[in-house]
Amino acid sequence: MKLRLIIALASILMLFSGAVVSAQDDVVLNVLAMDQAGMTPEDLAEIAARFEEANPGVQVELQFVLYDGLYDTIVTSVSSNPPAFDIILVDDIWYAAFADAGWVLDISERITPEMRAGIFEAAWDITTVNDVVYGLPYLLDQKYFFYNTEILAAAGFDAPPRTWEELADMARVIKANGVEYPMIWSWAQVEAVVPDFVTLLYGNGGRFLDENNQPAFNDAAGVATLQWMVDMINEGLVNPASITSAEEDVRNVFSAGNAAFATNWLYMYNLAQDPAESQVAGNVAMSLMPVFASALDAGTESSTNNGSMGFAVTAGSLSQDAAWGFLSFLTSEEIQIEFSALQLPTWATAFANPALVEANPVTVPMFAEQFPYSNVRPKVPYYPEASRILQLAIQEALTGAKTPQQALDDAAAQIIEVAQDYE
Amino acid sequence: MSANQGLSQNIKGESPRKRVSGLEASERRLAFFLIVPALILTVGLIFVPLVTTIVYSFYDANLARLNRANFVGLEHYVDFLGNNAFWASIGRTSYFTFVSVGIELILGIAIALLIEQKRKLFGWRFLRVAILIPWAVPTIVTGAMWRWIYAADYGALNGLLFQFGLIERYIPWLADSTRAMNLVIIADVWHSVPFVVLLISAALATLPSDLYEASSIDGASAWQQFTRITVPLLRPAILVVLVIRSVEAFRVFDLIYIMTRGGPVNGTMVISYLTYQKTFSDLKVGEGSALSFLVSAFTLVLAWVYVRLLYSKND
Repeated sequence: MKLRLIIALASILMLFSGAVVSAQDDVVLNVLAMDQAGMTPEDLAEIAARFEEANPGVQVELQFVLYDGLYDTIVTSVSSNPPAFDIILVDDIWYAAFADAGWVLDISERITPEMRAGIFEAAWDITTVNDVVYGLPYLLDQKYFFYNTEILAAAGFDAPPRTWEELADMARVIKANGVEYPMIWSWAQVEAVVPDFVTLLYGNGGRFLDENNQPAFNDAAGVATLQWMVDMINEGLVNPASITSAEEDVRNVFSAGNAAFATNWLYMYNLAQDPAESQVAGNVAMSLMPVFASALDAGTESSTNNGSMGFAVTAGSLSQDAAWGFLSFLTSEEIQIEFSALQLPTWATAFANPALVEANPVTVPMFAEQFPYSNVRPKVPYYPEASRILQLAIQEALTGAKTPQQALDDAAAQIIEVAQDYE
Repeated sequence: MSANQGLSQNIKGESPRKRVSGLEASERRLAFFLIVPALILTVGLIFVPLVTTIVYSFYDANLARLNRANFVGLEHYVDFLGNNAFWASIGRTSYFTFVSVGIELILGIAIALLIEQKRKLFGWRFLRVAILIPWAVPTIVTGAMWRWIYAADYGALNGLLFQFGLIERYIPWLADSTRAMNLVIIADVWHSVPFVVLLISAALATLPSDLYEASSIDGASAWQQFTRITVPLLRPAILVVLVIRSVEAFRVFDLIYIMTRGGPVNGTMVISYLTYQKTFSDLKVGEGSALSFLVSAFTLVLAWVYVRLLYSKND
């Protein structure tokens, strides 16, 4: 009888043993970051180690996912009590949705005047929703225009194109010269297609939403833009694999020397110039993103898409002060300048620092040149769903399942419905 | 007293059950305490989420604003049943299920029969082990592997066909909706045939060889032996394979997630992926929950159809 009692108690204890937490003085910060574009996991581990050294009693646990998995990981973990992560990396297109859901902490009061003044105003726009700041800017990025100098020279060109029409002409010559598909884009049915579309759209005098937040991408400019994309694929100037490609696929194709032109985030520059990662190292150059001829005539010098990210503290985090400490360290000017190989600092003041310019002689001036023409995707709480609808519409047009007009009109109608659900 | 009664009554005439019940009471208590942990886990991890999901499906719940959900009754169910995208997805999923399971069954039975030849087939032991490897590979790895094989610029498939001069230039295999679906089916077949082989092999081992000997004497051909003896006797095993594989194939998710993300142009948007998108991308938990139960209903119908078709005759 006694033995049975012991067995029974032991089995119940086993059930609860997992819940017994050994006494810890350490505060553990769970950080969700991205292993794609920007600082590498090794960089972040180094930064975390320095923070831990300077702050005994705090432990930083880093977890990395690909960009495509970031949204899902946040959404499935943030509602638990307490949330699985104290610090999360949030893309600019999700801030409106997360703020509306109450998942991210309001940090307006914690921002120092130094931060306010030093960081780019455009960067604050990313993490601010309705005048409340929900995150610290971390990655200020935009799509850049890359071209292969060797392929262009072989085809008789010594300067990059200024308009998409010019680029198409050059592409035809390059194609005849031996490069099967001169252009590679990230037009898969994922978020990556929207920055490409926005880049082209605004470079054609179009826009995503109008002043009343109604879809405007199905106007004449929008349809013409999508039609251009369809035509380029049909003519064989754009790699048909673009329909299933995201940013890394673009980088692989470009780095293998199989494309003359590509658009991608900043991180591709140093990787494509690295002999260990690329076969075209030494032949990679960037230039101002082209626009369509009609837009150039109307005064639009260039157009690109701003795709930035900021770190936020989850609203339910139990270690808000420690989390803020790590956040401000991670996004501080010194750290951002030191680790600027794959992403440029969000501090405007950093760009006056000669060390930064010296370390990045190509990307820093390019950033400054391209940044004034950066357009953002809509800051609405229903953006993720709207984006999905647009992604499908673009794919339908690209594969010929629908005409561009029809695809965009259907998408606009669906997005209006989604917006109404959110009123 | 007859020998039969010895079991139910002891010498005193009491039934043993009564005497044992004293012991049993404390044993029952012990059993209860031992089961309680498992019971808590089962209720907590299975029952509670199940009921919560059913409840969600009657509200227009949104993950971002759970406290503002309104009761909508059966609206989600009715909406989906009248929605073209839903039926298109069910259609795609059915296509995937039937083609995939069909090929797996035929291939599985063929390979199982091959292994059954034993002494007549050189290397049958190696085949028996090697055939299990695709099954042992996790589905995620299978998906990633086949994604690389089908890759437009550096895939092994393109390389192979190009080397043999069968194609003039590299083809972006996964960029066409129908083709992408068929290619995902190939990946699924590769992954699941071992399971069929395993079950059919086990069933084949129980078949009596004297039936075959007798039929040979009567002049039956191999094909006649196969269709008149093997297949009917294998029917229970085939039923098991069909039900298990069909239910699994109808709920396919990880292959799609890794290989195509439901694209291109929704060509591989199977019902599980649609549910996932609705719930975690659009944050519409209410709709997603309703979808999940609709999928369960479909798989139940599927299983019921199989049982009716294959269990009906003499079992």
